[in-house]
Amino acid sequence: MSNTLLDVQDLKVHFPVTEGVVISREVGSVKAVDGVSFSLAKGETLSLVGESGCGKSTTALAVLRMLRVTAGRIVFDGVDITNLEGKAMRPHRPKMQMVYQDPFSSLNPRMKVRDIIGEPLRVHRPDASKADYQKRVAELLDLVGLLPVMADRYPHEFSGGQRQRIGIARALALEPELLICDEAVSALDVSIQAQIINLLMDLQHDLGLTYLFISHDLSVVRHVSTRIAVMYLGQIVEMNTRDALFAEPRHPYTQTLLQAVPLANPELEAERPQPLIIGEVPSVRNPPAGCRFHPRCAEALPQCATDAPAPRQRGDGQVVCHLA
Amino acid sequence: MSWAFAARLWREKRLGAVGGIIFLLFLFCGVFADVLAPYGMNETNLSVRLQSPSLDYPFGTDHLGRDILSRVLIGAQLSMVVGFLAAGLATVISIVIGVASGYFGGRVDMLIQRFVDAWMTFPDLLLLIVVISILGPGMPQIIIVLGALYGIAGSRIVRGSVVSVRESMYTHAAESIGASTWRILTRHILPNVMPVVIVLFTTRVGATILAEAGLSFLGLGVPPPAPTWGSMLSGTGRTYMYLGPWLALAPGLCLTIVVYAINVYGDALRDLLDPRMRGVR
Repeated sequence: MSNTLLDVQDLKVHFPVTEGVVISREVGSVKAVDGVSFSLAKGETLSLVGESGCGKSTTALAVLRMLRVTAGRIVFDGVDITNLEGKAMRPHRPKMQMVYQDPFSSLNPRMKVRDIIGEPLRVHRPDASKADYQKRVAELLDLVGLLPVMADRYPHEFSGGQRQRIGIARALALEPELLICDEAVSALDVSIQAQIINLLMDLQHDLGLTYLFISHDLSVVRHVSTRIAVMYLGQIVEMNTRDALFAEPRHPYTQTLLQAVPLANPELEAERPQPLIIGEVPSVRNPPAGCRFHPRCAEALPQCATDAPAPRQRGDGQVVCHLA
Repeated sequence: MSWAFAARLWREKRLGAVGGIIFLLFLFCGVFADVLAPYGMNETNLSVRLQSPSLDYPFGTDHLGRDILSRVLIGAQLSMVVGFLAAGLATVISIVIGVASGYFGGRVDMLIQRFVDAWMTFPDLLLLIVVISILGPGMPQIIIVLGALYGIAGSRIVRGSVVSVRESMYTHAAESIGASTWRILTRHILPNVMPVVIVLFTTRVGATILAEAGLSFLGLGVPPPAPTWGSMLSGTGRTYMYLGPWLALAPGLCLTIVVYAINVYGDALRDLLDPRMRGVR
């Protein structure tokens, strides 16, 4: 228990779909996250991968308690935070911080870097002296590879990579234990991506951080992760350690996902079997019965259309498929 | 406003700076109107009625022999008071309604916006006439009515801006830090809707001065003999348009120049207060 930082059990986040303006009634719901369970050990990196709209970001926002949880349980550092709201949640916020995808819209254009990075300190340590505050801001800038003199500049004076460093510094201000990186590098150029990823990994090593890493870029995920969870339509279909997942993907969706990564060599690329996936992602408002992946699965059995598979333990990981 | 800022204004936004200077000039005239005016505003002298501009009467005299320059100066005072207080009130109302509606959203937003919709279906003039006829003409009434009228209509613009800022990632980041609602409103939302608010305010100053003129035309403005620009323009100015066009010329020109000056000044201010515009011409 002591080694588990975050434990998520059967998390569901549904958004009601309503009709009518004056008297609104619920006509359905978008099941953005529908029964997700995972746990994070201190110091590890769990990556959530999957295509757009599969619920990766919603899961992250629910863990941060920025969204109302429909059902399930979120235990962070031994405290059940599932239903904490507003003021009750505030004392727990410093321990879990987020790095955002877009470094351009995630920094307030009218605040100086000093105030952006210092805002968490002002909110949570209002009694700190001015000298301590300045010292901490300089320390944080140094930590993410920026110069302390940059504190008096505005965000628009920085490049995308530098802005992302500022965002990371803000997230680190309160010495969090869990850092949620929501597509933290996907808006950056490839060369800058590498720098930011290395920075994140160095920080993890130096500060003992735990990462929940959200990405759709499998090469990045392969580089940073300890474990990987593959999501499809609001559910985790397969979760395993990084090496096991890449070496032996068990779920047909994981297999196609890995096959979709282009190879650098065009000759090898041409010889490779084409992805087995068919059709489009179904609506999360009305997910298919049985296994959610069955309409697109090339290997589907008759039972896949009727019975939802239960998670099965395979090796160190688990997979949700009748075939595995 | 610091000297450094004024210097930047002059360097980067010459037109806006000129607008600011003209505006300050009018403000000065308005404040010291009583000292500057060569004659009393209601000092009649029937022996010099309807005189065209001369050295003694730079802007001429009206049908009662009153000095138009003196009346325009006092009018500057009245128009500035009406314009600024009403536009100020309108801006405050717009911010309060716009922020409440845009930031808190949901049911609150729905209720407020339907009220604003309903309000905006009434023609401005009709509301003005109804309220002024109930309350009776007078400066405080006019300021309050114009403030409420433009404030409620303008709240829609503030709301739109607030919604876009509220959905921005930096507001989200502040929420995830655990910042209080007050902090988010004052540090993130308001600074980022300021460009809209500044423009709203400056256009409203012009609009309220004009609206007061319109009310005076209908006899519902600041009651005579107080010389507001609007009443000079629409009352005696219109009556004596052929015999003494200068009656309308001076207040009309002042109105045009002040409204224009405030608008260019406001635009310049909006650009300069945006950190992203540093050093951009």
